[in-house]
Amino acid sequence: MTARVSATPCPGGPLLLRGVEEVETADGTVHSVDRPVVALCRCERSQRLPWCDGTHRALARGARRTAGDVAPA
Amino acid sequence: MVIPPARGPLTASLFAALVDGTPLAHTDLLTRLDGDGVLSDDDLQLALWVCYALHYESVDGVPDDREWDLDVLAFRQALEERFLAALHDLAAEVVDDWAHREGDVGDRLFALTDSVEGPSLSRHLHRHGDVVQLRELLAHRSAYNLRESDPQALALPRLDGPAKVALAELLFDEFGAGRPERLHSTLFAEAMVAAGLDPRYGGLLDRLPGTTLAITNAMNLFHLRRSLLPASLGHFGAFEATSSEPSRRLAAAARRLDLPPAVAAYFDEHVEADAVHEQLMFRAVCAPVAASGPDAETGVFFGAAACLLLEARAGQALLDAWTSGESSLLPAADDEQLAS
Ligand SMILES: [Fe+2]
Ligand SMILES: [Fe+2]
Repeated sequence: MTARVSATPCPGGPLLLRGVEEVETADGTVHSVDRPVVALCRCERSQRLPWCDGTHRALARGARRTAGDVAPA
Repeated sequence: MVIPPARGPLTASLFAALVDGTPLAHTDLLTRLDGDGVLSDDDLQLALWVCYALHYESVDGVPDDREWDLDVLAFRQALEERFLAALHDLAAEVVDDWAHREGDVGDRLFALTDSVEGPSLSRHLHRHGDVVQLRELLAHRSAYNLRESDPQALALPRLDGPAKVALAELLFDEFGAGRPERLHSTLFAEAMVAAGLDPRYGGLLDRLPGTTLAITNAMNLFHLRRSLLPASLGHFGAFEATSSEPSRRLAAAARRLDLPPAVAAYFDEHVEADAVHEQLMFRAVCAPVAASGPDAETGVFFGAAACLLLEARAGQALLDAWTSGESSLLPAADDEQLAS
């Protein structure tokens, strides 16, 4: 049986991976996966790389504050 | 679980009815309750919490069939009507700001979540909190986390298609992803034991104020009523979307305060898990449900707003108590400290 792997990008957020057993990062480290779906960080500012830890939202909040844009879209 | 001491006319009447079948005369009891006070009323919120507990497990001294006793259900419904009306008042402005606007539902739910500025308990605990305060936080959270994701599982049979699959995927993770020792409710109980707290369901109820109990009560109110399905999903989404970052800080706080590893382990698990869960809830569950009609969209945003605003009120009560050097818990009946 071949395992099916799927990747779902979340707008402004992580990449959701399903069906993976491990993720190998550029430095050769192998991170094992033990949940059905994992979120791969795409903003590269997570404190738990390669996994998303929600930091992209803190960054976006900071950017919105700087732009003075606090009103709802 | 054990019935806690009554703390007012509502709990006194309810507990007597549960134990002895004493008739419930709720109409006169409810006249004093209206508006905003309902959200923090210690007596009403404890009564609701115990009504919901009947659906999950046996209560000492209460016949199991009381779960479906018509008097008890009518009593609960009367409390719920006032609670629900107060929640609608609380959330109206935020719902109005974000529902039925341009843009993707998932994006708007994240933006709504980021727009509600609650007090940050995790920031406080990360930098300044002491062991007593972190234990108090665990005590407050025990009102829900000892049954983490149990209310939300009630939404599953009411969904279909991709939203059902996404919620099932999320719940599988909450329920241990195939490993009983990874059940999130078990991880939480282990964190409580490690912090010297009573890990039995309802064990600390007599110390928990109405503002805290209201959070779990809103979940159960939404999840038990099919008509409130969209609100239940919006609520769960907002709950998950305010967990990852705070969990990172709370894990760091537990380490700084040298608590046994099980405390940090519970929060560590939620940093990565909830970074996934928030995406699943807002984008794969809430968005398709909101797309099913205008009322469903309003409901999803109402649930999310209610969750965040109740959390903000409960959190503010904790911070206010701590700032004035007091305990955030109700005083113990026998003047005992919070376990040891
Ligand atoms: Fe969880
Ligand atoms: Fe979660």
